[in-house]
Amino acid sequence: MSDHDQIPRLPKLMGRAMRPLPLAPLSVTLTLLARRIAKRHPGLFQRLGQYREARFLLDATDLPFKLLLDLRGGKVKLTAHRNVPQAEARIAGPIAGFLGMMHGAYDGDALFFSRDLIVEGDTSAVVALRNAIDDAELDLAAELTELAGPLKPFVQPAVTLAEKRSGMVLHRVDTLAGGWT
Amino acid sequence: MDLTVGSNLFFWTAEATRKFYADLAQAPVSRVVVGEVVCSKRLPFWEAEIPTALATLQAAGKEVAISTLGLVTLKRERNQTDDIFGMGVPVEINDITALKHLPENTPFWVGPLVNVYNEGTVAYLARRGATRICLPPELPLASIATLAKAGKEAGVKIEVWGHGRLPLAISARCYHARLHDRAKDNCQFICGEDWDGREVDTLDGQAFLSVNGVQTLSAATGCAAYYTEALRDAGVDSLRLSPQTGDFMGLCAAYADRIAGNITPEALVAQLLPEAPGGRFADGFFTGPSGSDWAHPIPA
Amino acid sequence: MMELVCPAGTPAALRAAVEAGAHAVYCGFSDETNARNFPGLNFSPEELVPAVAGAHKRGAKVLVALNTFPRAGGEKLWHQRLADAEAAGVDAVILADIGLLDYAATHHPNLRRHLSVQAAAANPDAINFYAEAFDVKRVVLPRVLTVAEISAINKEIDVETEAFVFGGLCVMAEGRCALSSYATGLSPNMNGVCSPASHVVYAEEGPDLAAKLGGFTIHRTPKDRPAPYPTLCKGCFTSGEQTGHVFEDPVSLDARHLIPALAKAGVTALKIEGRQRSRAYVAEVVRAFRAATDALADGRELPLAELARLTEGQSATAGAYAKTWR
Repeated sequence: MSDHDQIPRLPKLMGRAMRPLPLAPLSVTLTLLARRIAKRHPGLFQRLGQYREARFLLDATDLPFKLLLDLRGGKVKLTAHRNVPQAEARIAGPIAGFLGMMHGAYDGDALFFSRDLIVEGDTSAVVALRNAIDDAELDLAAELTELAGPLKPFVQPAVTLAEKRSGMVLHRVDTLAGGWT
Repeated sequence: MDLTVGSNLFFWTAEATRKFYADLAQAPVSRVVVGEVVCSKRLPFWEAEIPTALATLQAAGKEVAISTLGLVTLKRERNQTDDIFGMGVPVEINDITALKHLPENTPFWVGPLVNVYNEGTVAYLARRGATRICLPPELPLASIATLAKAGKEAGVKIEVWGHGRLPLAISARCYHARLHDRAKDNCQFICGEDWDGREVDTLDGQAFLSVNGVQTLSAATGCAAYYTEALRDAGVDSLRLSPQTGDFMGLCAAYADRIAGNITPEALVAQLLPEAPGGRFADGFFTGPSGSDWAHPIPA
Repeated sequence: MMELVCPAGTPAALRAAVEAGAHAVYCGFSDETNARNFPGLNFSPEELVPAVAGAHKRGAKVLVALNTFPRAGGEKLWHQRLADAEAAGVDAVILADIGLLDYAATHHPNLRRHLSVQAAAANPDAINFYAEAFDVKRVVLPRVLTVAEISAINKEIDVETEAFVFGGLCVMAEGRCALSSYATGLSPNMNGVCSPASHVVYAEEGPDLAAKLGGFTIHRTPKDRPAPYPTLCKGCFTSGEQTGHVFEDPVSLDARHLIPALAKAGVTALKIEGRQRSRAYVAEVVRAFRAATDALADGRELPLAELARLTEGQSATAGAYAKTWR
């Protein structure tokens, strides 16, 4: 686990640069990515149990838009919004916190205790999502690289560069379980 | 179904204790449990009353038992638990520790602080000699019915918490002392100031819990007024009444009337609410949604 | 060498714990048979099988907690889980209920039994009762004892003892607390949850954010500062003139500096709380504790890496191990 006395915040300039980003194509890419992850990790939905049809507002406070993870109807949708969409639960905090949790670098409860992370709405749904994602051992960098297909050679160094520049964790840090079946 | 008066969970003076049991001899209850459940440090102040109380109650035709501590930790408390079995009176155990001291072939009772949640536990305790079990107050009615049936099969009488602040937890830490910024070892017996426990409210001023030394109880008084028929039909043998201040003999008489079918739940509630510690009732453990619930009309 | 017993809420956390140096891992099934019955957590019987095999391959034991009190009329589920645990080849089950202990001793005599902390066996008599009656081989000690008391207990018993050294603290005698069901209808003993997230509401009230559990306000903080999780016994209440943490401050246990004393007191195993926590937490805490037990075995000074930020209240206490706690 990396030291996170202070969770990195997305540099203001980077956040500002993302502001004019068109949300529709971004939402399409995000949904494709989320569906890909869902397909490769069916256990994730098993773990969500009664919350497998919930909507989660992922409010990365240093991004110029909010993300909605919508699982209604058994279909995964991950979309970007400028307004505040309806959801059963909201999780708010710096994007680095979300990514660090996802990659096994940060502990969700610790972020909550340190008040880096705020939870609103159905707390139980958030707990389920956190546990399900933690067990899935996701690796965003690997997923992105795979998604890129023939563009793979360009995406890999881009991710590495983005990690270096932002201080964010974009790949799974605890790859020690390799070989476990 | 009859009535049992449980051990007094609170710290009263020897004088008040003496009067309480002398009066209780005349009350319409079938049995009485006497003894210190909450804190061994209280015992020297009133233990001299125990033999007299037991004798008076027995002379009045009541079944009696003497209770063990609810949380045994110290060597002195372990010895005390052992001694209780030599007193020639049935023992009500409130901590599993007592089973280690239980002599062979000795019938005993099980108090509400022992975890009896299922048929397997009832059967085991019956094999060890349990003849009465007062179930933990958090059990729902459905579980009570199952356990009453298991009790019948095993030859064990099943009792349910009928009236009194609900015992919810016990701890090694003394909250009464903590509220007075004192250590447990230097508590100066401050819990003796609150004869029905000391109330703990939420920051909104909502009555929530009450503390009684190392014990935590509900702020509301548990009251089975609306469940007496359901409990009887479920096969429960006895309702337990927990000592509180005020007209406790009147309380016993009112419950006797209630289980005899002479008065309605509304009438019982109207009579007892004015003297209820905390000023409100709870019976939500029976059918939910939560233990603190009370979904009945409140008399004007 | 003291045995380090580490939490695993998910198969991923179990792998993380073993890779970080756990000598043993404890876990539970995804239902009310264990006291961490949280959404999204725990193991299916099918998931347990490869987890146990993987742990064994790496020299680690797996202990399964069946430490709730079986529901009247519903004991079958607990009995089935005992069979599932034995079939998966676990090294021991951790039980609290007398009825279940009796059933396990009769029907699964070769499945090693540990006594859960939920049984709150806090003195030699209680421990010896469970040892004699149900042949339990190890007792998880309640978090209410001082080191001196643990030492005295070990002199009077023959079974192993396991002591909590890190994580959340119960201020009440474990397994004997109905505060949660009084407020929410769900309790550790019956449902395997305490202060469940399903009954938590954060409500904006004027300038404040109130953290409520089952309609009772447990904390109140200024709106710009998020309220802490409303764990009942760690709430802020009023009693007479006093307002504050009547039962317990929101702190966590860290007894690393007491490991040598616990070893001297005859403790066999050290337990880390936190099956509800992430694999990141598990890996970091286990690594820090394994470094400490290794140092102890080698006679070196104990390394004390900073862990406070992982804990509730972001501060640690020696809990009841220091007698002033009472």
